[in-house]
Amino acid sequence: MDFPTFLIQLLNSVQYGLLLFMLAAGLTLIFGIMGVVNLAHGSFYMLGAYLAYSLSGLLGSLTLALMVGTLLAVAFGLALEWLLFRHFYQRDHLDQVLLTFGLIYVFEELRSMLWGDDVHGVAIPALLGDAIPLTDNLSYPVYRLFMSAVCVALALGLYLLISKTRLGMKIRAGAANREMAEALGINIKLIHAIVFAIGVGLAAVAGMIAAPVSSVYPNMGSQVLIMCFVVVVIGGIGSVRGALVAALLVGLVDTFGKVLLPAVSGMLVYMLMAAVLLWKPEGLFKQ
Amino acid sequence: MRTRFAFTALAGALALAATATQAQNQAPLKVGFMLPATGTFAALGDMIEKGFKLHVEEQGGKLGGRTLQFFKVDDESDPSKATDNVNKLIKRDQVDVIVGTVHSGVALAMARAAKDSKTLLIVPNAGADAITGPQCAPNIFRSSFSNWQPGYATGVIAAQKGYKRAMTITWNYAAGAETVKGFTEAFEKGGGKVMKDLNLPFPNVEFQALLTEIAALKPDAVACFFAGGGAAKFITDYAAAGLKGKIPLYGSGFLTEGMLDAAGPAADGIMTTLHYGDSIETPRNKAFRLAYAKTFKLQPDVYAVQGYDTGLLLVHGANAVKGDLNNKPALYKAMETVTIDSPRGKWAMSKSHNPVQDMYLRVVEKKENKVIGVAAKALADSGAGCKMG
Amino acid sequence: MSTPKANMEVLPRSVRLLLVLALAALAVFPFVGSDFYVQMVTRMMILAIFAMSLDLLQGVSGLVSLGHAAYFGLAGYALAFLMPQNEAASVWLTLPLSVLAAGLAALVIGFFVVRTHGIYFIMVTMAFAQMVFFLFFDNKVLGGSDGLYVNFRPTVNLGTWALLDLDNKKTLYLVTLGAMLLVYGFLRRLLWSPFGRALAGIRVNEHRMRALGFATFGYKLAAFTLAGALAGLAGYLWGVQTGYINPELMGFHMSAHAIMMVILGGMGNFAGAIVGAFGFELVLHLFKDLPQVGSVQLGKHWQLWMGSFIVLVVVFAPRGLLGLAGWFSRRPEDGDV
Repeated sequence: MDFPTFLIQLLNSVQYGLLLFMLAAGLTLIFGIMGVVNLAHGSFYMLGAYLAYSLSGLLGSLTLALMVGTLLAVAFGLALEWLLFRHFYQRDHLDQVLLTFGLIYVFEELRSMLWGDDVHGVAIPALLGDAIPLTDNLSYPVYRLFMSAVCVALALGLYLLISKTRLGMKIRAGAANREMAEALGINIKLIHAIVFAIGVGLAAVAGMIAAPVSSVYPNMGSQVLIMCFVVVVIGGIGSVRGALVAALLVGLVDTFGKVLLPAVSGMLVYMLMAAVLLWKPEGLFKQ
Repeated sequence: MRTRFAFTALAGALALAATATQAQNQAPLKVGFMLPATGTFAALGDMIEKGFKLHVEEQGGKLGGRTLQFFKVDDESDPSKATDNVNKLIKRDQVDVIVGTVHSGVALAMARAAKDSKTLLIVPNAGADAITGPQCAPNIFRSSFSNWQPGYATGVIAAQKGYKRAMTITWNYAAGAETVKGFTEAFEKGGGKVMKDLNLPFPNVEFQALLTEIAALKPDAVACFFAGGGAAKFITDYAAAGLKGKIPLYGSGFLTEGMLDAAGPAADGIMTTLHYGDSIETPRNKAFRLAYAKTFKLQPDVYAVQGYDTGLLLVHGANAVKGDLNNKPALYKAMETVTIDSPRGKWAMSKSHNPVQDMYLRVVEKKENKVIGVAAKALADSGAGCKMG
Repeated sequence: MSTPKANMEVLPRSVRLLLVLALAALAVFPFVGSDFYVQMVTRMMILAIFAMSLDLLQGVSGLVSLGHAAYFGLAGYALAFLMPQNEAASVWLTLPLSVLAAGLAALVIGFFVVRTHGIYFIMVTMAFAQMVFFLFFDNKVLGGSDGLYVNFRPTVNLGTWALLDLDNKKTLYLVTLGAMLLVYGFLRRLLWSPFGRALAGIRVNEHRMRALGFATFGYKLAAFTLAGALAGLAGYLWGVQTGYINPELMGFHMSAHAIMMVILGGMGNFAGAIVGAFGFELVLHLFKDLPQVGSVQLGKHWQLWMGSFIVLVVVFAPRGLLGLAGWFSRRPEDGDV
């Protein structure tokens, strides 16, 4: 592999990794703060994509669709938390696994009934439709740079929220010791609802901005779900910083694996996970 | 007295037997559909079923003088449930004929069960070469294609255009591998050389790494096999990476079936080969498309045609045995020797019960697959490994 | 963050009576039922064995594995590889080898996996199962995405005398029933043995067990291996019955369904696993065969009904069907910890 190609593959790795991070961040937050395993996380990603498809058709612009879609997804997350999830924080992981597994079925079927089973596309906004030529053969789409930029912005926003705001402080307190935080007057129920909504929102936004490049089709959630879990486990459950590092690692392994070791590329990421867990059974970073 | 009694009894018995056989032939013909109703292939299953039902309607709802009774099972595109699901049709509903399915893994399990129970099975899509290869059987017919066929036709075209170095890219699963095999066979026979076969795990859709590879190695052309949501993504990624227009993209027609809306202008100029094209300019195809659109308010595609042809095949067989599907030798003979007058053109069965058909060359123009010629005429797959006839 | 549930290890008398009745019905069934239903019940019994093996891990030892189907599928593949192209191999050869293969895989994977805890354990078992899935799916040599045929049913011969004909559906049914009962008996014995008690202790409080001097890693690994081997037995029988093995048998959905079966029936006593397996399959078939009401094909939307059913069970009946039955008979059970 010559140097320019290597750089481009590096760019590909980072872009894929950042998108994975956005999904994994939501999952690791929900798990880290509330201790809930959520197998239906991929369904929120799918929800975002389908919302982008419907809303951009209805409203005529992807940007508007993004804004409205995020609000809708967050509202949905809040409703789901209030209805179901908040009763499961103290339950066995087993029950959570099953609950969310059942939800996957329900969401898939609802999606089929509401939107049908066809493959749909979402148009890239004209402003971002160009490509930057990198070599005489290969160009890099501006839209992918935009996607990476959004992921980085959200990552920064999340970091600032958790470490520099009062809300973030309360979230961290609730995660460390729920009873104590409640005793100190923090409204834990509200905190949990907000965290859950943020998690769902992140997944949905990931789906929305990925929709133009990934198309919108049935079962798209299950494909990213497993990758997402691998990222969370490698990074350390509950650690957003860990999720970022792990996501970039997975991006690297997946991208270069496809090119250098195609015969085993399907297994490589899992082998990475096994190796990390052998070295550090609780993932790379603590919460 | 006794003789009269015996005579009456005999007459009565004969009359009863006659009515019973009459009743047997008047009893509805049971057709079992095992198609995907949920999941990624649900839309395809729907089109196939609609195509079949259209032809039945054209026949006045009767096959071989018998009315039809339909049974349906959702195959969930899951091979591990396949045997249980097909047994519902074979054992519980006791259908006379099974129509299915889309996913090759499921179809292979179905073929096994059908072989055991000797029920007539018509495969309206699944392209696994093995179904009309090592797993062939007198009671298994296919009305669609084998994976090798469109791949081979693509190779013929690529070689004709004078390309010398090609790369292939597909998912690492049987359908992809078999299509690529067909392409490689034809391309190298025509004087070309496949530089490298790229593949990624199914159903991974992160193509960027491999697109970069393609750009780095600069082949004369790229032949790909993707279908469904992944196909749309590949087309848009290919264009977004700037490869569109620089390195010609070819593929088996499934690349551009059913997702031209999703892919948009990125798909313009892609050349594919398939045994059907929406714009085939024959009266037969035009009439079919009109009838389908009128009945279902949908535009038909290759899956609808495959379903329709399944109907044509079954009707011909049922009529030949006057509705007595238990007359298996005559039934199979009829289906083996018929020439199907299909919207895709006339085709007949190969020795291994796969269609011998023309492969059309199509190019994408403004969200439509335009047929611009025939890539390979009367292409028959080798049926290698089939121990029938 | 999760409190291990107290299990219903001792079955209330009413439940035991019901189970005996069910057993009698099962024994008589092949002689009265049609071919289709005999096959269906055989299938359910195979899944019951699979569920019981998971119950050993999940219900007794408290180890929630999202990758248990890997060993189920591996034994099936072992059978497919061992069965020659032209004639049937013997059950005396294929059965032990397949079960051994599954057990060995569980031992190796367990060595990596058992050192993790809680949610990590769940995720890591899933990851390894996915790895095995891709190994088979991506490689044509191992059958690839299309899977492998099992060319014949194994012979059950003593010398030249054919003891049993597994091609006969009734015989296969009874053999599977026998296997299910053997596994049940074995596991019940195990539950009350020192080994089983140690596993239960580990489930309730691993630290305490270690403080008491138990080598918990060894116990957990042994349980993991044994569970894998038993799952392999079920997988072998699946291969014998179906004649076709594909990678999805090792997949995520298969593992999740197994967990569902164990939970549905009630964990920790193995009878629940059997009840759960039957119940789950029956409910699934019920939903898929729903009739058309007006213009709505109810059966087509089975995923919605199934998903809702799973959610309702988890919310309202966390102790499963046997738990409900036990609640009705209101006998004091061991330890509402």
